[in-house]
Amino acid sequence: MDKIVNQKAWFLVLPVFAVVAFSAILPLMTVVNYSMQDTFGNNQFFWNGVGWFKELLDPSTDLGGRFLASLGRNLLFSAIILAIEVPLGIVVALSMPREGWTVAVCLVILALPLLIPWNVVGTIWQIFGRPDIGLLGYTLNSLGFDYNYVSNEFDAWATVIVMDVWHWTSLVALLCYAGLKSIPDAYYQAAQIDGASRWAVFKAIQLPKMNRVLLIAVLLRFMDSFMIYTEPFVVTGGGPGNSTTFVSIELVKIALGQFDLGKAAALSLVYNLIILIVCWVFYTVMTNAGAERPAKQGGA
Amino acid sequence: MHSIPGRRLIISLFLIFLLLPIYWLVNMSFKTNAEIVTTMTLWPHQPTLENYRRIFTDESWYSGYINSLTYVVINTVISIAVALPAAYGFSRYRFLGDKHLFFWLLSNRMAPAAVFALPFFNLYSAINLFDTPWAVALAHCIFNVPLAVWILEGFVSGVPREIDETAFLDGYSFPRFFVKILVPLIASGIGVAAFFCFMFSWVELLLARTLTSVNAKPISAIMTRTVSAAGMDWGLLAAAGVLTIIPGALVIWFVRNYIARGFALGRV
Repeated sequence: MDKIVNQKAWFLVLPVFAVVAFSAILPLMTVVNYSMQDTFGNNQFFWNGVGWFKELLDPSTDLGGRFLASLGRNLLFSAIILAIEVPLGIVVALSMPREGWTVAVCLVILALPLLIPWNVVGTIWQIFGRPDIGLLGYTLNSLGFDYNYVSNEFDAWATVIVMDVWHWTSLVALLCYAGLKSIPDAYYQAAQIDGASRWAVFKAIQLPKMNRVLLIAVLLRFMDSFMIYTEPFVVTGGGPGNSTTFVSIELVKIALGQFDLGKAAALSLVYNLIILIVCWVFYTVMTNAGAERPAKQGGA
Repeated sequence: MHSIPGRRLIISLFLIFLLLPIYWLVNMSFKTNAEIVTTMTLWPHQPTLENYRRIFTDESWYSGYINSLTYVVINTVISIAVALPAAYGFSRYRFLGDKHLFFWLLSNRMAPAAVFALPFFNLYSAINLFDTPWAVALAHCIFNVPLAVWILEGFVSGVPREIDETAFLDGYSFPRFFVKILVPLIASGIGVAAFFCFMFSWVELLLARTLTSVNAKPISAIMTRTVSAAGMDWGLLAAAGVLTIIPGALVIWFVRNYIARGFALGRV
């Protein structure tokens, strides 16, 4: 649909702009302000220039070391959950029943974990994984595995990852399912006539048609896992040691735990910048994918 | 045709994987603490409603649900109210800076809550809204307003422009057209957007916890604070958890066909 150029449309958008600016620009300005200063309590502030940023990017300092370590952990975490959730989500979407009442039941059960408050997700897995009272922890231990997410780093990581897979794989599956449903039956009939194998159908028809939703899924999952806070915080509290302290957890520790405003603000800005860059990629992909589709059809 | 071998087994196993931890929570919520700690039972052998009774009779518990629902509802109303005209504007018109504005909105939807926790704390303390439902409701607007705009924009774009033009030719004023014609046409879209605003506000903890201390404390904060302070009362914790799942579980049924669209910001 061609849009009409009309500057009066700004009046329609103004309320949104006002509300979001109030809760985005004002706080962000305080962050920029703090990031240049140092405080020793008593509301006394001292100019510190770009000192915090230098420290942040230098792994030999305390702040830089903590930031880069948590950043590394967070990227590793995001990579692992993407590697599990995306293929699993595709498989689940392909396994969805085709019609009948089971479709609705599957959709509702799939969506269930997505609607649970994040701290309750943490609580569920905290309880489920405990060796004394949780089904998972108890079963693993009686099978002879020495599983304890409170004291063992590997077990803590495994728990946090399985929890995230439990929580968010449905999102990938639902998006892929929506993509699959948009494929007209004629495509499958043509493939059948050509005698295409199951794998060929997946590669030549289903995967290209899921391209767009998969991209959305990957980017959403990347960004949400990159900001993860509540669930691991409830389950492991960032421990044992610092082994599951992701960037958000580190940031809240510095900001609200130690009230180190300058350091926290500098970290926030760098963190936000990373998100902004990924977000820009996401936006470009989504708007381009939308613009490309009619053009391609016209060409073919 | 578009199925894979063993699909029934795969989907069944996956659904069991999803339901098992939830079952365990429900199971524990009907047990006494003595049963939880001493024995490993797959279902409650002495089922009790004591945990639920305590939540519904103790004000420090049930007030948490009321507080949560209050800010969630305020947030949903604000988000939809401001997002509706904006969605129409973005969908129908081109104007100076529209693409940048749209991107800026999206970037706020994606911004980490942890970044805003401290500045929000300062901001809402300064304007005396700290520890009120309004603080949390306004804070949650940062991700819900953009979400609502994105979802509604998709639905408004599905309404043919001819309808607008016909209405204006028939002498409808803009506000009257908006309320009488457009809103009923995208009613399902408004429902979906409201559901997602409700949901994302309901599941968020970090900002809700940071911006409240006593009077407006949400249920999620009560679960983390009270329980750890008074020693672990697992049955009570489980019951409180089950009660937070129920609102979402009830409403999913109505939006099951739109759920993918909502999570993809209206882009499926």
